[in-house]
Amino acid sequence: MNNTRRSILSFSVMAGLLLIVGQSQSWPLMLTILNLCLISSVMALGVNIQWGYAGLFNVGTMGFAALGGVAAMLVSKAPIPEAWAAGGSNLFIGVVLFLFTLGAAVAAYRKIPKGSLRVIALSVIILIGIFATRYFSDTAIADIEAVNPALTGYLGGLGLPILFSWAAGGLLAAGGAWIVGKIALGLRSDYLAIATLGISEIIIAVLKNEDWLTRGVKNVAGLPRPVPYEIDLQKSDSFISWIEWLNSGALKGLSDSGRADQLSAFVIEQSGIFVKLCYAGLFTTVLLLILSMSVMALNSPWGRMMRAIRDNEVSAAAMGKNITGRHLQVFVIGSAVVGIAGAMLTTLDGQLTPAAYNPLRFTFLIWVMVIVGGSGNNLGSVLGGFLIWFIWIEAEPVGVWLMDFGTSWMDEGNPVRLHLMDSAQHMRLFMMGMVLLLVMRFNPGGILPEVTKPGLNK
Amino acid sequence: MTDILNAIVLISNFVIIPVLTYGSQLALGALGITMVYGILRFANFAHSDMMAFGTMITVLVTWWLQSLGVSFGPLPTALLALPMAIAVTIAMTLFMDRTVYKFYRRKRSAPAIFVIASIGVMFVLNGVVRFIIGPNDQRFADGERFIIKARAFKEMTGLGEGLAIKVSQGLTIGIALALVLALFWFLQKTRTGKAMRAYSDNEDLALLSGIDPEKVVMVTWIIVAALATIAGTLYGLDKSFKPFTYVQLLLPFFAAAIVGGIGKPVGAILGGFVVAFSEVSITYAYKKFFKYLLPENWAPDGLIQLLSTDYKFAVSFIILVLVLLIRPTGILKGRSI
Repeated sequence: MNNTRRSILSFSVMAGLLLIVGQSQSWPLMLTILNLCLISSVMALGVNIQWGYAGLFNVGTMGFAALGGVAAMLVSKAPIPEAWAAGGSNLFIGVVLFLFTLGAAVAAYRKIPKGSLRVIALSVIILIGIFATRYFSDTAIADIEAVNPALTGYLGGLGLPILFSWAAGGLLAAGGAWIVGKIALGLRSDYLAIATLGISEIIIAVLKNEDWLTRGVKNVAGLPRPVPYEIDLQKSDSFISWIEWLNSGALKGLSDSGRADQLSAFVIEQSGIFVKLCYAGLFTTVLLLILSMSVMALNSPWGRMMRAIRDNEVSAAAMGKNITGRHLQVFVIGSAVVGIAGAMLTTLDGQLTPAAYNPLRFTFLIWVMVIVGGSGNNLGSVLGGFLIWFIWIEAEPVGVWLMDFGTSWMDEGNPVRLHLMDSAQHMRLFMMGMVLLLVMRFNPGGILPEVTKPGLNK
Repeated sequence: MTDILNAIVLISNFVIIPVLTYGSQLALGALGITMVYGILRFANFAHSDMMAFGTMITVLVTWWLQSLGVSFGPLPTALLALPMAIAVTIAMTLFMDRTVYKFYRRKRSAPAIFVIASIGVMFVLNGVVRFIIGPNDQRFADGERFIIKARAFKEMTGLGEGLAIKVSQGLTIGIALALVLALFWFLQKTRTGKAMRAYSDNEDLALLSGIDPEKVVMVTWIIVAALATIAGTLYGLDKSFKPFTYVQLLLPFFAAAIVGGIGKPVGAILGGFVVAFSEVSITYAYKKFFKYLLPENWAPDGLIQLLSTDYKFAVSFIILVLVLLIRPTGILKGRSI
């Protein structure tokens, strides 16, 4: 079976699965799954750019997705002038002192020759820097967090439309990735994995604890939407008449009062679907944009160079390629894509929840998507994103159903049966692991393996 | 004089004893990581889940023993359950090796592939643990709680500060010490231990001298599974057993193993204590300590805390990143990267 046919077949099966969910469970649920599938695909594309193109083992996806989420919040929330007035100046001094300390430390590291003198100088600079910075920033933070702590207690954002934040999320993640890359690239593959895992945890720790910036575990709720609100749609005459026209078949032949009731039921139900479809449209646009760019990049000379570096660093270096530079570049690009996806996810959620970021869901699951879908193949990553998210969500109802079916011979109140039914939701982790291990073992290229001949990946 | 003694007791109670306990737990975990890295040559992301699995078996067996009315006097019943839990964990680990890692070993896959496979194992074990025992906190410690209580210590010495040592802390330090000594004796003196070290230093040369690689790998997994189960049980006795907390220990383990020099057992122990000491000492508020030592009017205003306790876990990641930056081979010059 050639690759095009294989792709078409796999995507048709995927579409079929989603349709089955729509038919048998509900259409709003299917759209919820679809939206997250789209976001997951974008994230998987980001990881694929790093791992599939260049063989960079970045297990810090969670951190970059969180940076994207922060960008969504910072761009869209209105600024809080009282908080700025309360702590702005001290915070500014704190930031300046911090940067000054950083600069001094770097200068000392560069200028003083290796030895105990350097260690002492660095320790002194860092210690003084920490206390000087903390002196101002602690006051600033206390002042900012004291401003109406139940509702705000943070600085707020820029108050711009949230759609800008998708680009901003990409940029913020790219900036973060540049710093991380400068630090961690050049380590051996599995060390890079550990380092990025650690860095992503540090990012989350900062988000959880710096209340003045992100409100920490208190979350920032009520981010503005890029799409209309259901409640506004339900009041809008044009939307109601449009729904009336759409459902004219079902509404025909009803009495006047019955017709009005039926219509308002349709309006309420379909306004929700409409909003989800709007999101799906936005996400699909972003996905297609990034996908086409990825495909073009992979087929370009740049993509061939990346694969050459991945497959044999030594000979690529001998051909005059700057390995470290290219690695940094691809690391930044891939992380930016993950950041965009992170911003989209926070936009969809409508709130920033720092405590919700955990590596299993935001890092390792994305990795399963890339490996199962087919690393090195962009379409494969998209398919992996869809399929794995679908399994992740549907494992629970299917697990419960299986447990119910499997234990139906037991008593209703049998403790074993109750425990099994209760635990069925944890089956998803087990299933993810099994899918990953089985695909790696029996189909190492993934569902849609990498196409090595140039020109076939269209 | 009393002030100095009080300061010492204060620091012992809040820094030294917790560091020794936590450091021992980290050292045992890091030993497992470092041994897998030395012999099988990959970073085992499933280690903390292996630990959670072993502890889960201990908890289950403990509950069973408790229901039979068995108890271990002042010591926790969990210690009686340990041998059985170790056996089950070893069986599980060897099964995982047979079904997952052996295939890639045959193929001589890149380390990254092993790591991804271990991520798969991580998911599977995590799912199994949550499936069997659920994601909630489980307490299984019984017997005496304290070796010395704070009040008894105060009455005994007449000092203002109390010193409390929990049974679980004493057990952790004691068992860790015994285990480490036994492990080093095994690695230095026995034939299998020597074979393992040879295999770790130079695989090809070890194969040429007739060392059976599968046997070395098997013994490694057995030791690692035992260490993980014991470390997990000790941690669970000291704190409590919750699958999620165990997963969070993975990075401190890696930090400890890398700080000490990965592939070196001594390094793992050293690293465990370095990480534990940094975590506790950087987030400890020294206000009271200085109050005892400094003259009356010099007493500090602030808490004298370098980082807030919220960042406790982050400290180990920061150390990890710093070490990777400055001295990637670790303190004891482990494997080059």
